[in-house]
Amino acid sequence: MRLTVMGREIMKKILISLAVLALTATGVQAGPEEDRMAFVKYYKAKFPSVPDKEYANGVYAIDPVGRENWEAIEEFPPYEPFIDAGKEMWEKPFANGKGYKDCFPDGPAIQHHYPNWDKKQKMVMTLPLALNQCREANGEKPLKYKKGPINNILSYIAFQSRGQVVNVKVPMDDPGAVAAYEEGKKFYFTRRGQLNFSCASCHLQNTGLKVRTEILSPSVGHVTNWPVYRSKWGTVGTLHRRFSGCNNNIRAKALKAQGRQYRNLEYFLSYLSNGQEFNGPGARK
Amino acid sequence: MRKMVRLVSTLVVITSAAWLTACSNKPVTKQEPTAMAAPADPKIVAAGKAIATGRSQGNCLACHMIEDGASPGNIGPPLLAMKARYPDKAKLRAQIWDATAANPESAMVPFGRLKVLTDDEIDKVVEYIWTL
Ligand code: HEC
Ligand code: HEC
Repeated sequence: MRLTVMGREIMKKILISLAVLALTATGVQAGPEEDRMAFVKYYKAKFPSVPDKEYANGVYAIDPVGRENWEAIEEFPPYEPFIDAGKEMWEKPFANGKGYKDCFPDGPAIQHHYPNWDKKQKMVMTLPLALNQCREANGEKPLKYKKGPINNILSYIAFQSRGQVVNVKVPMDDPGAVAAYEEGKKFYFTRRGQLNFSCASCHLQNTGLKVRTEILSPSVGHVTNWPVYRSKWGTVGTLHRRFSGCNNNIRAKALKAQGRQYRNLEYFLSYLSNGQEFNGPGARK
Repeated sequence: MRKMVRLVSTLVVITSAAWLTACSNKPVTKQEPTAMAAPADPKIVAAGKAIATGRSQGNCLACHMIEDGASPGNIGPPLLAMKARYPDKAKLRAQIWDATAANPESAMVPFGRLKVLTDDEIDKVVEYIWTL
């Protein structure tokens, strides 16, 4: 029996609403908060000994062996030079004499404002996009979104924002915001690529199990630690670089970093981490 | 009715994904096959093994423990005692060709349906897996 597209849709709806029903035993239609609760309860049932706050540490919340390595790495954090370079970027005026400080008067500890629903532009606003809008408004070229200097300034902002709490809001009276959230959620549950995985296949259904030697992390906590210094990359990279990587691994075409689909995915994914502490920049394998 | 079946299978996946772990941890003793089968051509078996354990093609080790294969994952159950568990080779082939036919929520790659492996490669993999 091959599932039709319709069948898949129904499947996904059932999957999420079932998680809600089975786990929260409420009959409420699944909104963002119900989704988040369902994820949290699901992981809790899977990892009963993991304290709620630990999820911000990604896979190391559930991988004691990897965690030892990670703690050793954190003693001499490989992302430190990037924070310093980012501070310089933050302080340095643009050619027109203005700077990031003028765009972000509350800065640099502003991580907890993102992502948010931008009512005026009718789109999900992420921190990297806001930084580039600031640059372009001041006649500067936008930075690339996956590699390079954007990671410096993101590292600095993340470091200054440590301890802030993820607090994403989906204004339910704004159909655009709800649709963006729903699109992100749909993306998360849709199988794609020649290998036929969804984000949920790995980070929900099989969390805690191993693909080769890699333990699959829960999606709660996926957004707290960015940008990340990955040993595999030998440098610091953005969340959307990671999205591309996970898409490439399943032989799906990676989408545009900071394009609508990845921003909406980030919106959904970030909502799931509400209540978790920001602890970026992070270090990962 | 079909919806119901899906609902139940989803329930199984979402509420008791633990069975996956349970499965993979269960020690399975290797048994001699009950049915006498013609011995497989060792060249074909070797070719199947190369495809199944190599990273670029089958990469079955990503999810399954197989013999002495290095760094196996555990998303799927260990592949052991296959002749005893799959006396019908066609069933084994069907599982590899498209695991989502039997279980729509299966995380296993539908190797044949999505043309990750060719029919010929799958035949070789089946011959190898059947020796386990
Ligand atoms: C085939 C399995 C697989 C699929 C499908 C997959 N990932 Fe991953 N993902 C991994 C592995 C393995 C890692 C590295 C270990 C870990 O942190 O989970 C990872 C890591 C991540 C991380 C980094 C976590 C951290 O703490 O640094 C994020 C974020 C992520 N994945 C998001 C996604 C999203 C979003 C999707 C869907 C678009 C997705 N993944 C699909 C396997 C997968
Ligand atoms: C991404 C994960 C993944 C990969 C890669 C994978 N499998 Fe599986 N496999 C599974 C899962 C999960 C199951 C459990 C049943 C199901 O969901 O279909 C399974 C079940 C099986 C079964 C049935 C086992 C039983 O006990 O009945 C066989 C046989 C099998 N896989 C063979 C293979 C072969 C051969 C390959 C490589 C060519 C492979 N698998 C690659 C995940 C995977």
